[in-house]
Amino acid sequence: MDMREKTQIALAALFPVEIKPTPSSSSEEDTVGAEVPPREPGVLVTDFPRCGSHLDVLCLTDQVVAVARLMDAEGYFLEAISGVDWIDKQQLEVLYDYNRLGGEHCRVMVRTFLPRAEPVVPSLSGIFPAADWHERETFDFYGVHFQGHPNLIRILLPEDADFHPLLKDFMP
Amino acid sequence: MTVPVHLRHDETFILNLGPQHPATHGVLRVKLTLDGEYIVKAEPVLGYIHRMHEKLAEGGSFAQFMPNTARMDYLHALAFNHGWALVVEKAAGIEVPERAEYIRVITVELNRIASHLLWWAAFLLDLGGFTPLLYAFDDREKIIDLLERVTGSRLTYCYMRFGGVYNDIDDEFITGTRELIKRLRGRMPRLYHDLVTHNIILIKRIKDIGIITPEQCRRYGATGPVARGSGINYDIRKNEPYSVYPEFDFDVPVFDECDSMARYMVRMHEMEQSMRIIEQALEKLPDGPVMGKAPKVLKPEAGYYYSAVETARGSLGHRLVCDGGKNPYKLKLRSPTFSNLSLYGEVAEGMLLADALAFMGSLDLVIPEIDR
Repeated sequence: MDMREKTQIALAALFPVEIKPTPSSSSEEDTVGAEVPPREPGVLVTDFPRCGSHLDVLCLTDQVVAVARLMDAEGYFLEAISGVDWIDKQQLEVLYDYNRLGGEHCRVMVRTFLPRAEPVVPSLSGIFPAADWHERETFDFYGVHFQGHPNLIRILLPEDADFHPLLKDFMP
Repeated sequence: MTVPVHLRHDETFILNLGPQHPATHGVLRVKLTLDGEYIVKAEPVLGYIHRMHEKLAEGGSFAQFMPNTARMDYLHALAFNHGWALVVEKAAGIEVPERAEYIRVITVELNRIASHLLWWAAFLLDLGGFTPLLYAFDDREKIIDLLERVTGSRLTYCYMRFGGVYNDIDDEFITGTRELIKRLRGRMPRLYHDLVTHNIILIKRIKDIGIITPEQCRRYGATGPVARGSGINYDIRKNEPYSVYPEFDFDVPVFDECDSMARYMVRMHEMEQSMRIIEQALEKLPDGPVMGKAPKVLKPEAGYYYSAVETARGSLGHRLVCDGGKNPYKLKLRSPTFSNLSLYGEVAEGMLLADALAFMGSLDLVIPEIDR
C-alpha cells in the first residue's frame, strides 16, 4: 500500500461517505466560472501530473482541525495556507497544502468554504507552528478569522491597514 | 553552544535589530527581548518590502506575471521563472522541447551556484571576514556575465516562456560555462575550503550553533539546505522530479549535525553537485527548437494546480487557481524562506546575540522573497 492510499483511507474515516472514484477530467459539471466543488465533503483522488496534488480533500470548517491532527500523525508537514475569494458565490475558500518531508512523496490539498460575510475557521497553530505565520498572512490578505490563533495580527501589511487587499472587491 | 541561563524577566530590555541593519541583508526587522547578551524572545517583523505580487498576478495575464517572478528571490530568480512556467504549462497543457528543458536546467543551476556564492560571501561578512567576499564576487561575476549573455539581464531575469526559453545558448556560452566550472573547481579547495571552511575561527563561530531538529523542520515546514542540514533527505529535484532532472546523476548533500556548520556544508557541496549537473547537461544537450507551440492567449481549464521547484533556499510552491479566464484567478506563492524564518524565534531563544546573528546568516534569508 503506498502513501497515497494509506492517507486516503485514514482521511476517508473522517467522512461518513464512501470514497468516490477518480472523476473524469470534465464530467457533466458546467464550466462557467469555477470548478464546481463536490457536493459532499470527502476525499478525491486527483491526477498528480496534471494538477500537482494526489488527494483533494473537501471538508467542513469544523473538520479542519481533525484533518490536521491526522496529517500530523501521518508525518506530513503544512506547506502553505492560502485563501481564495469566490465573490460570485459569496464564499471564501481556505486551502491547506500538506506534503511529506522526504520519504515517499504525497501531496494533499485540503480545502474548506466559509461564508464571505463572516469567515471564521479554527486555527491550526496548536498543531503545526508553521500555521502561525501562514494564518496571519491569510488574515492579512482576506480577513479570515482563525479562531484560537494566539497572535492574529497583520504580518506583511502595515499594522494600521484597514483593508484586506486580496478580496476581489478591494480596489486600491 | 547555547548556554542555559536563568533569565529573570524583570531585567530584560527590547532591542530592535533592523529593518536597516547590515546583518539582516535587506529590510528585515527582528524585535529582540534581551537579558544582557542573551535572547529571551526574538520576533521577526516582516513586510517592509511587501509589494503584493499575488494581487498583481490576478490583474494581468499569465505571461505578464513572468517579470514579477524574478523580483522576489533576486538571487535565484531563474528558479522562480521556472516554477511559474511549470505551473502554467501544467495548467494549460503546454509541451516544452527537450533542448529548452536542458537549457532551463543549465541556467537554473548556474544561477544556484551564483546564489550560494553570494550567500557564502554575505555570511562570512556577517561573521567579520571581508576577504572571502572578494573571491566569491570574482567568481559570481563570471556566472552573471554568462547568464547576461543568454538572458539579457544580470539579476532579474525574465528568461523563461511558457513552452520554452526566450533565447538559445551559443557556443561561446558553452565554452564559457566549461571554463567557469574548471576555474571554480580549481579555486574551491584553496580559496574556499582551506581559507574558510577549515578555518578555526569559522568553526568556533558556527559549529553547534543554531541547532534545528528534524522535527522542528517538519513542524515549521522548513525545506532546502535548512532541512538537509538537519539530516532530512529532501530535495524536490529528487523527491518530486520535474523538468529533465531525472536524467542527471547527482547527489543530495545531507548533513546530520543540525547546526549552522551543517547548513554551511550542505551549500558548499551543492555547488559541486550543480556543476556536475551542468557538465552532464552540456554533454547531452540535444539539438532542436528552444520554444514549443504555445497559444498567444492562455485560458487554462478551471481547477487547482500546484507545482514545486527546488530553489537555492528550499521548496518554492506555486498554488494556482484558475476559473477558466485569461488571468490567474488566484496565485499563492509559497516562498521557502518564509517558512524557514518562521522557526527563528523558537531556535534563537536562549542564544547569545552574536550567535543568533551567525545563525540568521546560516538560514540564507532573502527578504523580498519572504515579503513578496
